[in-house]
Amino acid sequence: MLEWFSRLADFLIVEQLGLSRDDRLGGALHFFVEDTSKIFVLLVVMIYLIALARASLRVERVRDYLAGRNRYLGYGLGSAFGAITPFCSCSSIPLFLGFTSAGIPIGITMSFLLTSPLINEVAIVLLAGLLGWKFTLVYVVVGMSVGMLGGLFLDSIRAERLLQAFARKAFDNASAPAAVDNIIENSGQNDSLTLSARHRFAMDELTDILSRVWKWVFIGVGVGAALHGFVPEGWIEQHLGDGQWWSVPAAVALGIPLYANATGVIPVMESLITQGLPVGTTLAFCMSTVAASFPEFILLKQVMQWRLLAILFVLLLVSFTLVGWLFNGLSGLGFL
Amino acid sequence: MKTIQVLGSGCTKCRKTAESIERIAEQLGVEVTVTKEADPQLMMQHGVMTTPAVVIDGRLQHSGSIPHRDEIERWLQS
Repeated sequence: MLEWFSRLADFLIVEQLGLSRDDRLGGALHFFVEDTSKIFVLLVVMIYLIALARASLRVERVRDYLAGRNRYLGYGLGSAFGAITPFCSCSSIPLFLGFTSAGIPIGITMSFLLTSPLINEVAIVLLAGLLGWKFTLVYVVVGMSVGMLGGLFLDSIRAERLLQAFARKAFDNASAPAAVDNIIENSGQNDSLTLSARHRFAMDELTDILSRVWKWVFIGVGVGAALHGFVPEGWIEQHLGDGQWWSVPAAVALGIPLYANATGVIPVMESLITQGLPVGTTLAFCMSTVAASFPEFILLKQVMQWRLLAILFVLLLVSFTLVGWLFNGLSGLGFL
Repeated sequence: MKTIQVLGSGCTKCRKTAESIERIAEQLGVEVTVTKEADPQLMMQHGVMTTPAVVIDGRLQHSGSIPHRDEIERWLQS
């Protein structure tokens, strides 16, 4: 079904403009048309369908479900809910406080918050559409593992000691607030959503997500197309291949301050992989760009002390580097 | 006179929420004061976990999205 987009690009670029796919400009334009058309169609269809299915999943319910769970099960559940719950990163702080004041351990909350930006419907749709289901599966497993192990680590160093005083106090005096649950009852946002309420939620999600990501699609595909058409064949493989161990930490260090979301990064990844950048390096770069950004760290400062922020930063740096090396090693051995 | 607080970290959605409440209040001729609050402790007090959230006369009415026009009209006219 996805060849259809390649044929559309053939029609526009080769037949209408008379360019060849083999020359630079033709190759880059073909890549651009094929990928942008494919991404937008996939996004519109999938975001709508996924939103329809999960319209009744709210963070308040996740909190009630997670509170008082077994700790070790909690990391897995926190990470899994982080992956599937509709949640915008601008709500990180209230969500953090909501979980914390319900007595949920910081590690489990962080499992949720670390996994959430890494794995979301947009990232999954793009990865599956551009890089295939096998890569997508690997990405999901790795993303959830980083979330779970990161959470486990933060609890093992008792990260709650390094919260800001008021957040620490909320954690110590934990009791679940009921205010939001009440309004949810009143406004009909409970379990039994009607189909029209679900449709309304899905349309809201669709317009909200598309209005945030459309420009990233063009930027990401544009950079990907430029790499595709204008970086000489073999250059990346030769200079950034898996022979150079330092390329992984360098990719991660470059990725963390870089602010982009998954939508912009994945088309670049597609282009880099076909150009011969090792899978592990690419994965590490993508995850570090998506998982952490400076604006978000500055937000987290409201609830965390500098020391905890620094620990979090190093934690991400180390875990993505390990992910990169691991997958470069596995693909070198022929597993991927 | 209704006192309306829009809780949120200052993202675009929070700004849009405050703007649309002010606009609709003006159209309906309802007197309101709308303030934007970014204090995380206030959000915690109201049990808000997703923003933007809307608090009217101290009572939480909505959270997690830009409210629809019909909802805002209902709050203002009640």
